Amino acid sequence: MASRISRRGLLLGGAAAGVGAAGGALGHRWATADPPPAAEEAVLNGERTVPFHGPHQAGVETPPQSHASFAAFDLGREVDADGVRRLMRLLSDDAARLTRGEPALADTEPELATVPARLTVTFGFGRGLVERVDPGAVPEWLRPLPEFDHDDLDPDRGEADLLIQVCADDPVTVSHAVRMLGKDAQAFTVPRWTQTGFRRAHGSESDGTTMRNLMGQVDGTVNPRPGTADFDDLVWRDTDQGWLAGGTGLVLRRIVTHLDTWDELDRPAREAVIGRRVADGAPLTGGGEHDEVDLTATDASGLTVVPAFAHVRRARTGDPGERIFRRGYNYDLRDHGTPEAGLLFAAFQADPVRQFVPIQRRLDELDLLNEWVTTVGSAVFAVPPGCEEGDYVGRTLLEP
Amino acid sequence: MNPTRTVRTLSVAALLGLTLTACGGGGAASTAQETAPEGTPSPAGGQADAFSITDPWVKAVSAEDGMTGVFGEIANGSDAEIVIVSADHPAAETVELHEVVTEGADATMREIDGGFPVAPGGTRTLEPGGDHIMLMGLTEDLEPGTEATVTVEFADGSTAAFTAPVKEYAGANEEYDGDGHEGH
Repeated sequence: MASRISRRGLLLGGAAAGVGAAGGALGHRWATADPPPAAEEAVLNGERTVPFHGPHQAGVETPPQSHASFAAFDLGREVDADGVRRLMRLLSDDAARLTRGEPALADTEPELATVPARLTVTFGFGRGLVERVDPGAVPEWLRPLPEFDHDDLDPDRGEADLLIQVCADDPVTVSHAVRMLGKDAQAFTVPRWTQTGFRRAHGSESDGTTMRNLMGQVDGTVNPRPGTADFDDLVWRDTDQGWLAGGTGLVLRRIVTHLDTWDELDRPAREAVIGRRVADGAPLTGGGEHDEVDLTATDASGLTVVPAFAHVRRARTGDPGERIFRRGYNYDLRDHGTPEAGLLFAAFQADPVRQFVPIQRRLDELDLLNEWVTTVGSAVFAVPPGCEEGDYVGRTLLEP
Repeated sequence: MNPTRTVRTLSVAALLGLTLTACGGGGAASTAQETAPEGTPSPAGGQADAFSITDPWVKAVSAEDGMTGVFGEIANGSDAEIVIVSADHPAAETVELHEVVTEGADATMREIDGGFPVAPGGTRTLEPGGDHIMLMGLTEDLEPGTEATVTVEFADGSTAAFTAPVKEYAGANEEYDGDGHEGH
C-alpha cells in the first residue's frame, strides 16, 4: 500500500511539475483557483438520438452503430391480427420513448434508458406474421431463400415471425432496449433466437470507415450510399403501392468464419481469395479502397490479376439492379463450448429474391472464400415503412 | 400571470389530456396536453378541469386474477388543491384509492384515508410500490396492448376520464390488507 501511495504521489508531482514548466499563465490560473478556461461544450455520444419516426424506419440508413442485437420471435398460436396490432402499438411506443432517451412506459429500470447513444429499433415481419394478418399481403419474396450448396442451416437460427433489430453505440443501451421490448412482446410471442454483434467502438475510427470483419478484411466497400437515388432505388420500396411502400427487405444470415484454417493462409493468398489488398481494401488492380476493380487486368504471365475464383469477381453480376446494402456486424462467442466467430450478415434490399439471390447463387457456385465461411442461419423479413408520431409500425398492414 | 387566465388555459389542456392514445406516440403519450383526439367527453368542470395525467398505464391481468393497479403522474394545473376521492372502471366491481405501507420487507397496500390530494400546481405519482388506483372484482381480462378507460371523481363531485394502455408488468404484487380480498 505504502509503495502504491508514494508512486501515486510521484506521478501527481510529476504532472504538476509538467504544468509548471509548460507555462506561467496556466500555472497562475490554477494557483489562484480561477475557473479553468471554458472547455468546448462536449456533447456526449450517449446523448445523441436518432429519430424513430419518419417515412422509413431508422436503423437502415443510419450510420451503423457499434452494437447490434437481432431478436426474433414467433407469434403465439392464439394471436390474431388484433393481437399483432396491439403488440406493434406497444413495441412502437417503447421504441419511440427509448430512442429519445426516455424510459418506456412501466420501465422497471428507467435509469438505464437515459443514454440513447443513437439507439435505433427496427421491426421486420416474417412470412408467418404477414400470413397471420392477411395471407393476400405476403410479398412474393418473403419466404426462405432457395437452398445453397454451401449452407449448413440451423433451423434454430432460421425464419421467425417478428424481428427486432436494436442498434446503439452502447451495449448497455442495447441490452436494456432488448429486454424492455422483449417484456412487452412476451404476452404475444415466444422468443426464437437473439444474435448480437459488434463493430469498432464509437470514436475509435473516423466516421464512415468501412468495417473490418474478424478475418481482417475490409468488409462492405461496395455499398450504395444512403441518401442517393441509387440507394433509394435499390433499398426502399418507394414505388410499391401496398403496405410495404417505404419499407424494404432484410436478409439476415449468420456466417461462421473458420479462423483457424484461415490462419493457415499467408497474406498473398488471402488477398487472392478476396481480390483486394488486406491493408486498405483496395482492389488488387490498384487505386484506393473505393476505386473500381479492373476485372480484365492481366499480369505479366497473362493471367487476370483478380483470379476467377476471387470473391469480388464472383460477388458482382452484370446487372446493376442485382445489388444490395450491407449493414453487418461481427460476432465472437467464446464463453463456453467451441468458440464461434463470424459475421451477422444483414443486407437490405427492396426485393431479396431479385437482388440478393443472384449474387448468392454466383458465390455458391464459385467463390474460394467458401472454404473458410459457412452460413449457418438464414432468415428473410419484410421491413415495414416507418410511422409518424402517434402512429405505430405495421399499421399499413394491420389497419390498411 | 393572471390566475384566471391560468386556470382557463389549463382547463383546455385538461380537456385535451383526458384521452391518451395507448401508444405509438412518442411525444403524444409523454404529455397529456399534446394528445387531442376528437370526441373527447367533457369533464364536469370544477376540480376536474385542473386535472391531467401523464403516462397512465394499467397492469395487465386476467379476470381470474381479479385485481390490478392504475398508475401515472397526476398533475394539478390550478392554484387550488384538488382531491381525487374515488375512481371507476367499467369492468371493475369495486375501485379503491390505495397507498402502500412498507414495514421492513413487507409492503401492504390499503385504502388511503382522504383520497389523493394534489397540491396547487403540484403533481402526485401513482406507481407500483406507492399510491395507485386499485381495480377489484374484474369481470373481464385486461389484455396487454388494449386500453382501459378510468374515470376519477373529485371532492367537488366533478369527474374526468382518461384512457390508459394496458401493459404486462411483473411487479405491483403488494399484499392487500382489505376486507374480503386476498392478496393478488
